[in-house]
Amino acid sequence: MIPGPFDYHAPRSLAEAIGLLGAHGFDAKLLAGGQSLIPMMKFRLAEPAVIVDLNRVPGLDGVREQDGQLVIGALAREADLEQAAVVATTYPILLDTALVVADPLVRNLATVGGNLAHADPANDHPATMLALGAELTATGPTGERTIPIDDFFVDTFTTALEPDEILTAIRIPRPAPRSGGAYVKFERKVGDYAIAGAAAHLTLDDDGRVAAVRIGLTNVNYKPMRATQAEAALLGQEPTEDAIRAAAQLASQECDPSSDLRGPADYKRAVARTVTARALRRALERARAA
Amino acid sequence: MATTQSTQIGGLGYAVKRKEDPRFIRGKGTYVDDVKLPGMLYLDIVRSPLAHARITQIDASKALAMPGVVAVITGKDLEAAGLAWMPTLMGDRQMVLPTDRVVYYAQEVAAVVAEDRYTAADAVLAIDVEYEPLEPVVDPFRALQPDAPLVRPDREQKTNHIWHWEAGDKEATDRVFQEAEVVVAQDLYIPRIHVSSIETCGCVASFDRVSGKLTIWMTSQAPHAHRTVFSLVSGIPETKIRVISPDIGGGFGGKVPVYPGYVLATVASLQTGRPVKWIEDRSENLQADSFARDYHIHAEVAATRDGKMRALRVRTVADHGAFDAAANPSKFPAGLFSIGTGSYDLEAAHFSVDGVYTNKAPGGVAYRCSFRVTEAVHMIERMVDVLADELDMDPAEIRFKNFIQPEQFPYKSPTGWEYDSGNYPAALQKALDAIGYQELRREQAEKRARGELMGIGISTFTEIVGAGPSHTFDILGIKMFDSAEIRVHPTGSALVRIGVQTQGQGHETTFAQIVAEELGLPVENIVVEHGDTDTAPYGLGTYGSRSTPTAGAATAVAARKIREKARLLPRPTCWRSTRTIWSGATTPSASRARPSAPRR
Amino acid sequence: MRTVPISVTVNGEVRQAAVEPRLLLVHFIREVLGLTGTHIGCDTTSCGACTIHLNGKPVKSCTVFAVQADGAEIRTVEGLEQDGRLHPVQEGFWQEHGLQCGFCTPGMMMTAVALLEANPNPDEAEIRRAISGNLCRCTGYVNIVKAIRYAAEKMRQPEVAPAVAGGGED
Repeated sequence: MIPGPFDYHAPRSLAEAIGLLGAHGFDAKLLAGGQSLIPMMKFRLAEPAVIVDLNRVPGLDGVREQDGQLVIGALAREADLEQAAVVATTYPILLDTALVVADPLVRNLATVGGNLAHADPANDHPATMLALGAELTATGPTGERTIPIDDFFVDTFTTALEPDEILTAIRIPRPAPRSGGAYVKFERKVGDYAIAGAAAHLTLDDDGRVAAVRIGLTNVNYKPMRATQAEAALLGQEPTEDAIRAAAQLASQECDPSSDLRGPADYKRAVARTVTARALRRALERARAA
Repeated sequence: MATTQSTQIGGLGYAVKRKEDPRFIRGKGTYVDDVKLPGMLYLDIVRSPLAHARITQIDASKALAMPGVVAVITGKDLEAAGLAWMPTLMGDRQMVLPTDRVVYYAQEVAAVVAEDRYTAADAVLAIDVEYEPLEPVVDPFRALQPDAPLVRPDREQKTNHIWHWEAGDKEATDRVFQEAEVVVAQDLYIPRIHVSSIETCGCVASFDRVSGKLTIWMTSQAPHAHRTVFSLVSGIPETKIRVISPDIGGGFGGKVPVYPGYVLATVASLQTGRPVKWIEDRSENLQADSFARDYHIHAEVAATRDGKMRALRVRTVADHGAFDAAANPSKFPAGLFSIGTGSYDLEAAHFSVDGVYTNKAPGGVAYRCSFRVTEAVHMIERMVDVLADELDMDPAEIRFKNFIQPEQFPYKSPTGWEYDSGNYPAALQKALDAIGYQELRREQAEKRARGELMGIGISTFTEIVGAGPSHTFDILGIKMFDSAEIRVHPTGSALVRIGVQTQGQGHETTFAQIVAEELGLPVENIVVEHGDTDTAPYGLGTYGSRSTPTAGAATAVAARKIREKARLLPRPTCWRSTRTIWSGATTPSASRARPSAPRR
Repeated sequence: MRTVPISVTVNGEVRQAAVEPRLLLVHFIREVLGLTGTHIGCDTTSCGACTIHLNGKPVKSCTVFAVQADGAEIRTVEGLEQDGRLHPVQEGFWQEHGLQCGFCTPGMMMTAVALLEANPNPDEAEIRRAISGNLCRCTGYVNIVKAIRYAAEKMRQPEVAPAVAGGGED
């Protein structure tokens, strides 16, 4: 399986990279981890004329806490999330997610930013970032702008990024006290895409009621989606088992999976209900322990 | 004497580190894609995007104009050379390349030959093929309806029905069913599966125009049988064809069939006079290579009310895809399916199987057991469980009640198989004791009382392996056998050449151990060669658990002949054997103390 | 066809070549450098037969362009044996019958080596997680896990220690 020919550029600065994107427009494709792009090129599902390799641009890697936010650089690998102590202690939902992306070898190259910018509804980080309410930094010829995650996913494989913009950082607000999040994915085998996945992040008030909640779903819609009806049902409520089940039921109704090799739509709805309930339960446990 | 030296000899039952591993753990194996010859070209294949279509035009002009593209081969080119079709191992014929229609998705449509594999891949995309879609039929039951699309208009019989085959006594079986106290029935579909060896298939074909000799390195589980097929297809005598199976990355039956790619690479080498490599990618491997199973089974068991099985009646529709290209070396179109009376003593049994063409990739290989035995075992064991469920009997108890008893051997099954020996009740009892069956049943009852689910499955089986006795097994009329040649050198080392072909089974070790056992030579002094038809004796290859039973037996017999001959000779002074081979009337191993549990 | 010059250190040796940008790293290793121990099993980043170390990390070389490796350190299966001594992981695979057809073995071993360099004493679950991106179609993995545990034990022993019991030397 052989990719088509392309011109290769390895810019040494962000400005140079943005300039190349500007010059080549839709003919150009950014290469970060390459773990989705290169297989698509080998299948000739993608045949970009120009590859702009981001890997030699300095300053884009790393995962760090800064000004009350977790900042994930555009070149931070999934393996970096697995290894960052602050992720395990403060953002365990991100560790849940990183650990189920493909397999350990792929995670040594695959980037978190790429997982979002690829905008595949089957990818795992979109749901998690929706649940976390992440903000994305896009850098273009005129500078930086912030895109709320809720506005980022436009369509299957399509984001709010302009052709000459680069997703340079993902910013996640440090969770409020008594918060917890979890990502639960159900897949056929290790490394596969989800049949359905759910990310839940919630905050409890002093009475133990749900003060804030966001739920993201994987691979049950044409683009990554939030389960807003499920969120609304939980908000202000005591998170009892019945409330969780009711919310999970709503999530399974508001998603819109299609039938494919991973199963018929009804089955996926059932799986979405199960993973949503599991994610909520685990998030709740973590919130109570926090 | 022999006994003290056994571990140094490393004969049967001793743990020996594998002789092939030193090269594999260093990355020094030679798999077919590692073969690189001077001037070698690469072949890539245009495949059909449709399951059933008429080809109206193939335009290769753009591809041929690309720098580095050497040739494009189409069905018309092959037809002119009489090579558009090739025989299958089941007496059917199969398209190498289509001349007018494609009959399954991903079928080979044309081949490109180029200076490197990247150019070949680009050229594949530059070939324009015009298709006129035809209605495909992918369900064998639909295929049997009179108005179904015809998959194979090339045949005289204008039907998708390939063959009907029966085993057992229909009347006797029907009689038992008529009077039976209990009848259970079940539809079982064993779906199409793919063996997916970690190495895909491929070859390097190299035709030497001076000597007229064709050498093919290929992923072959049966190099000699494949040489015979190549000879039949090309008309080149077998003496002018050399098939070399290098190291093989797993076979599981998928490297028994002859695929069009092998033939195309050969044609390309004949045409260009240069070596040509073809290596399929994983998608091609999964889409177009041979599959296993795809049996639609309807089975019925007649029994007494107290659980004695009396008769078995099985009707099966076998989906063979577009060509009957099963890798089945038996004389029966449904392979060994009639072993399906299993371990049980029945009054009567009847099997009928209908082979059907559909617009799917051809195949039928031995994956995880030989030649429809898996299907047979699944069927009978499922039916025993269905009957146990119907009669509310314990699944172990019903098996004990129906086993062929030790004193019944040799036993002739109602479908004609002769079982020479066995003690099935003892074997099952041993397994039940080992697993603590009664204890597990108690645990299950407790859990179920608590609302937890726990399942316990039991399966016993009698299968046929080792293809096999030549009264039952052949390939293209060649009765199944296997061979070994042993040369003992003056200093006491030996070269063993065998007709079977490892794909990971470890023949270089196992067969050396057999010779070590028989001749008393240390295993490290025995070299085993295989996979080169110019040097190895004729054999039918490795599949269906046949290598050790057949070629292993041949090796032992050959070694014994050498031993007998050696008894007549004086011991050469340069002989370095650590032990005496001929010490009287007993065989060297007769008095040997064995390790109690051989490893592995 | 435009080519790009690259320089890569492979198993300690600097190798230079001009490559087409689309040349996959696995083809560079196998066909340009002639190191055929790195295998191709699936083409789709699934099987791990092509696993190599890129700057110390195990990655699937079928999903990296050779140009990306410009300036990088690469280690392949051919670089495991040092001065005629097998790497303990190689020894373990031989000793514990961790391979059958041998095709997945180089990639499996490269993953194992990286695991043991990062975690000298992994438990079975950690080993199984680490090799979850490497497929073996023959063995069922049990002996592969044993082989890696054997190697781990061996690597934790001081250099001078004699071979462990039963560990026949090469």
